[in-house]
Parts: sequence; C-alpha cells; structure tokens
Amino acid sequence: MAQPLLIPRPEGLYCPLGDFHIDPSRPVARALITHGHADHARAGHGAVLATRQTLDIMAIRYGAEFTGQRQVYEGPLRIGQTEVRFHPAGHVLGSAQIAVTAQGTRIVASGDYARRATPSCAPFEPVACDIFITEATFALPVFRHPDPRVEIAKLLASVKSEPERPHLVGAYALGKAQRVIALLRAAGYDAPIYIHGALQALCDYHIAQGIALGDLRPATMDKTEARALREAIVIAPPSAFGSAWVQRFSDPVISFASGWMQIRARARQRGVELPLVISDHVDWDELTSTVEEIDPAELWITHGREEALMRWAALHQRVARPLGLVGYEEEPE
Amino acid sequence: MRAFAQLLERLAFTPGRNAKLAALGAYLRTAPDPERGYALAALTGDLELGRAQPAVLRAMVGARVDPELFALSYDFVGDLAETIALVWPMAGTPEDLDLAQIVETLQAAPKARAGELIAGWLDRLEASERYALLKLATGGLRVGVSARLARVALSQLGAPEIAEIEELWHGLAPPYLNLFSWIEGGEKPVNAARAPFRPVMLSTPIDAEALAQIEPSDYAAEWKWDGIRIQAVSDEGTRRLYSRTGEDISQSFPDIVAHMAFEGALDGELLVRRGADVAPFGDLQKRLGRKSPGRAMLQSHPAALRLYDVMIWEGEDLRALPYAQRRARLERAVADLPPERFDLSPQLSFRSWDDLAALRADPPETVIEGVMLKRRDSAYVAGRPRGPWYKWKRDPMVIDAVLLYAQRGHGKRSGFYSDFTFAVWDGAQLVPVGKAYSGFTDEELRRLDRFVRHNTIERFGPVRSLKPELVVEVAFEGLNRSTRHKSGLAMRFPRIARIRWDKPVAEADRIDTLRDLLPPA
Repeated sequence: MAQPLLIPRPEGLYCPLGDFHIDPSRPVARALITHGHADHARAGHGAVLATRQTLDIMAIRYGAEFTGQRQVYEGPLRIGQTEVRFHPAGHVLGSAQIAVTAQGTRIVASGDYARRATPSCAPFEPVACDIFITEATFALPVFRHPDPRVEIAKLLASVKSEPERPHLVGAYALGKAQRVIALLRAAGYDAPIYIHGALQALCDYHIAQGIALGDLRPATMDKTEARALREAIVIAPPSAFGSAWVQRFSDPVISFASGWMQIRARARQRGVELPLVISDHVDWDELTSTVEEIDPAELWITHGREEALMRWAALHQRVARPLGLVGYEEEPE
Repeated sequence: MRAFAQLLERLAFTPGRNAKLAALGAYLRTAPDPERGYALAALTGDLELGRAQPAVLRAMVGARVDPELFALSYDFVGDLAETIALVWPMAGTPEDLDLAQIVETLQAAPKARAGELIAGWLDRLEASERYALLKLATGGLRVGVSARLARVALSQLGAPEIAEIEELWHGLAPPYLNLFSWIEGGEKPVNAARAPFRPVMLSTPIDAEALAQIEPSDYAAEWKWDGIRIQAVSDEGTRRLYSRTGEDISQSFPDIVAHMAFEGALDGELLVRRGADVAPFGDLQKRLGRKSPGRAMLQSHPAALRLYDVMIWEGEDLRALPYAQRRARLERAVADLPPERFDLSPQLSFRSWDDLAALRADPPETVIEGVMLKRRDSAYVAGRPRGPWYKWKRDPMVIDAVLLYAQRGHGKRSGFYSDFTFAVWDGAQLVPVGKAYSGFTDEELRRLDRFVRHNTIERFGPVRSLKPELVVEVAFEGLNRSTRHKSGLAMRFPRIARIRWDKPVAEADRIDTLRDLLPPA
C-alpha cells in the first residue's frame, strides 16, 4: 500500500513524502501555512512557505524573526516527492488552500475558507481532488449566515436612531475588521471610522495592498473628545471591550461581528447589544454545497462541529473522517 | 409578526431595564388592537394557546430535518424554539403574517392540527419571526421580561398607576381591549373578578452593622421560612392562591384551596408540612412542578400556609393599620382556621440585637434561612420600601473544593462550560459532593471555560472530566443527608463564592469537615 500523503499528528498535519507540516500547532522544521490567523500561523518554525501576504502578516504579528527561513509561494513547486500548489481560499487577505499531489493522489487542505465575495481577498477557487480537507467551524444546519449587507444596514440604522451612543463593533484584527469596514464603505458610509490601536498595522497593510478602507482614525481620543462624537462607529478587537480603553466612551452600544452571533445565547453571554452575523467562514449550506461541487472521494474534517458534518456525509453516502487535530481554536471567529 | 419579532429581539439583547421598558412602550403604543393585547398576554404568561407541546414541535421538525442533525443542533443552541427557527428550511417567500390572526386561528383549531398550521406559517417567515412564532406557540417566552415589567410598561402609556393595573389584572382577559382603552384615556374597566391579587410588601436585606443603627424595640421579629411567599384570597366563594408577583397558582394547591373557608386576603409562606415538621424546600419544589398534583402527591407532600399578615378581613381593608394591630387581627383569624393547613409564623422574643443574633445563629429548624424584622408601626404598603421590613439572612457555609467535572451550559451559557461538579478529599481520593453553576462573573466564567478546555482529561458528550488542579470556595445554605449521592450528602443552593487560582489542591477541605456540618440524624 502506498504511504499516506498526509498524516494527522499531535503537532498537525504531516506529509512524509515532502517532509513538511501544514498549519502545525507547534514549531516544526518546515511548515506550509494557509493563512495568517494565529491558530494556523504560529511563530518559531525552521522554515515557512506561504503566500507573500501571509508571510507579511506573520511578520507584522510576530516580528520579522518569526521563522528561520521564509519562502514566498510564487507558483507550483516540488517538495520532496510531492507537487504543491496554493489556491485562493476567500477567507482573509493572503489565505490559500494548499493542494499536495503525489503518486496520482491529490489532497487539498483548505485551511479556513469562505464563499462570499469580499473586497479584501481573492475568491475561493474549487480545486478537483481525491481528498478535501475542510474546517467545520459552522457545520451545523442552524448556521445560515444572512446577507452581510443586511447586517451592516442594521448597524447603520442603530447608529442613526441612537446617534449619541458610539457604536463599538468587535471584530478580529485580521480579516473581520477590514471586512466590516469594506462593507460599511460599500453601503455608502463615508464618515471617518475609528479603529483601536490593535487594528492599525493590519489595516495599514490592507491599504498598502490596494484595498480601499476610506478615512480611518485612531480611537485614541480622550474622554471629552469621545463624548462629543456623534454617529460614531469604532472598530476594536473583542478583547478590548474588557479593558480600560472602553471607559472613554459613554454608554456605548456594544456590537460584535461574528458568525457566532447567530446564536442568541452567545450574544447575550458576551453582553452584546447589537449582534451582527458577519462571518469569514462558510455556513452550513455553503460548506455542504462546496463538498458536493468538489466531489472528493474522501472528506477529512479538521476542527469545529465534526459530528454534524460526519452525519451529513453518512446521509449522502460520502466517505468522511474526523482528523481530531488539536490546537485550532474552538472559536476562531 | 415582524414588529413583534423585532420587539423580542430588542428585549433579548437590550441589557437595561429602562431600555426594555422603552422598547415595550414603543411597541404597545404603535401595534394595533388586538395584536398588542395578544403580545402583552404572551409576555405576561396569560396567553392560553397550549397547542404546541415540545413533542409536536419535534415531530414537525423531524419531518423536515434529519433527527440526528437536529439533536446536534439543539445540543449546541440549547433552546428548542431557537433551534427550530434556525434549522427550518424555508419553503415559501417571506411575508409579514398577522399575529392576531395566527393567535385566533390557533385558539380555534383542534389540537391535532397545531403542528401542521405552525409548519405552514414557518414556511412563510424569516428566522427571527419563526423564533417569535415558536415562542408564542409554546408559551414560554423567557425573553428577559417579567410579567411585572410588561405591566410597568403598560402603566407608562397613560395615567393609571402600576398598582391599579395589578389589582385589575386578574379580572381582564386578552386581548385587553378595555384595558388599553382605559390607559389611553377611556373608562376604567369594572373589576368583575372576585378575589383579586393585591401587590405585596417586600423586605430589604440588612446586616449586623446596619442593625446597630436601629432600635430593637421598634421591631417585631419572626423566622424567615424557606418556602415561597403566597397570598391567599377568598372572596364570596372565589378562592385564589397567588405568588408574590401575582401569578395564580391555585390549581397546583387544591389541598389548601379546599380549606380556605374565610373571607379575606392573607399573606404568608407556602410550605410542605407534615404535622409539626416543615419539609425541606425540595419537597415544596416537587409540588410547585405539578400543575395538577395527583392524590399520592397530595398525601405524601401536604401543603400548608404559615401566615404572617392579613390584608383584608371580612370586608375590611386592614392594610393601613400598624403591623402590631394587623398581627393581633391575624392571630384571631388563624384561631378559626384548620390547623393542619394554616398556622401562625411565631414571633421571636428578644431585647437586643445580640439576643436576636443568637437566635439566628441557632434556629430550631433547618428550613429557617434567617430572621425577618417588621416595624411595629408599619402600614402594609406595596413594593419594597426601605425601612419597615428587613430580612437578616443566615450566613452561608463555605468549603474549599476541587473542580472535577464541567458541563456545557444551556440557554444563556450555551457553549460555555459553566456547570461544575466539585469534590473534597476522602483520604487520598476526591469524592464529588455537589454541583454549582453560579456565583461567578461573566469574566470569571470565561476564565473557567478556558481552564476547562486546557485541563480536560476525557470527554463524555457535553461533560468533561478535569485534571484536579483548581480549588473553588463553595458557599451553600445547608447540608442534608442523601441516599442519592455517593458522598451521602446533599448541599442546598451551592454556588462558587470565589475561585482560588492560587490555592494548592492538597489544601482543599476533607469530607469530615462536611460531615461535621450535618444536622443530627
């Protein structure tokens, strides 16, 4: 029997024929990285191969010395006995699926992915393969992400009806924050948008990459300035809501842009007054239709709601296995 | 349905009471009759649809969604109506269906058709409206609004005071056309109902330090009983038992209602009492859970009232009299009532706060949770005035225990590990002694959740076993023997008082410490 192309190991997916890992959760000799979110892109590997944008993002987050060697993906390449290609994943800027081919078998490790168009990255590209490795973050039929434009309209309506209350929108620094800003701009909102310091470098990088985000201002105003704001939208990482930084705003509307906001209890638990269901992952319908479109011989599932996706696969006579990888956040949104 | 769905959404996420009141007020002011009346009844728990039992809903959704996928979804979401609303595969185009028409159709339809009717509507509604419909149809709204808050919002629409509305409430029926008309300036509805509820008087907490500021001789004291506060009203043949928020619970307590051969309104504590022995709160809880208790339950768990005040007696309203005079009237009244169902909450004799502290520290029965203080000259007034009535609760007991298991919460905490089993040392073994799921802040909950995820040994469905590494200080109200628990102990209302991130596990308490706290066998 041929050697398996990818093997789940405690440190992550390993490819023996090419002697590399994909998105390992611990430092390894050679890592191929799908995208820059911290649970997929960790510092301390011997060598990293990724898209230029993912490498840039890792350098912004971890400092220039985040790896021993770095290699920009510029086109198909051979690694050991394998051929490796990167394809857009539509998740965040620089995100890629990694296709590994050897001995007549192709596996696509899709990392995290989304199917809806966003100005902040190239759209997902379906790649024919024998084994498709998918995330299962929102793999339950309760997750049907609404049109993000409707969610943004809710935010803008709330801003209009309560102009004195600054709207603080929680959004993760890489991807979600820029997606929310781009959606606001697309909805015709052209006032300055205030951003928390933790978002500055990544927003600057998006702008440098040609993604228009409009007038962004640092949310570092003092109390008097903050209280004088009207119809203000402030974007911050959710962790900032627990910090003293929030105290400058008087009676803010706490909002949060995440696929998890579909579940009321999640929103209430986080003290969110204005939940916005905006996700950079596939929802249930998008995930299952992607699998049907690609139609792989086998479906491997990395992290999230594996049981439900396994059940769906069984109902549709698909071969599927959960990889049981550790280290990916249960809530990466 | 759209406006009502939006209201539920606002109520669910708006944290402040005033903002909730504003949202309720805006809806009640703008929604048409009879829709707003049905919506109000749904919020106050007075809408009798009773058509959609959970089993009907499950069958309905089972025809559209794979049961296993549904079960996984329900486990994740934690709320039946919400899960169905989200998984429902919509078949038609969304419409703004008429809420009043839905309510009236459901009320008129035979029970067997409820599932089919609801499914037909679900096909034509958006997710948040599907949720609103299902909440309406199942009756359990639980949207963070009490019946009282809904009535307060109502009172803010016009001139009538909340107390006036509450007194009238039980004589009115949905969709409350006459009530809305009165509030908006029309004629006051005549209270046709016999035995109306009257708003109760509540106490405020006090501690030893604050007690030093007040004069002991101004106050009468009695035990604080661990039952539920009740108002028993008997009015020309109509007999009702109300909870302290005015919910009518007469149906659950036929054994009391049958003996209410008096004319008046009495205030007291509902208990399960066998002869002179007051049963623990758990026994009362069993009764409260039964809408219509069977004969066996009535015999094994007989209910009784322990009375402490009289509001109305034989046509006379006594509420303006001083407490001491009302108490004298109450004593005379109780003397004529059957003693197996009605008795007096005895008064405690004390001269100084130290005397009372000594009594409080050593109550004669375990179902006593402290002492009540009532100013001798206080009139009976609705609400929670500060000063006339105080409760001085017993201090909780505390132990240090080790977290052993965690379970994912439901409802508000779904997705978070929020229900904990804790243990104490028995020799070199840790023995589970209880479960706690409260006492911590949201921030602590997130830290606990993180701790659970990083210290899991094994998973069993929604439960994880944990490395024994974290000590928590557990506070509880009492301890009883139990044959149901391996440890032989059952704690009353345990909660996590403090998380001891710093404390070594070896320093957690031993089981002997708990056994010493048990009441004598």
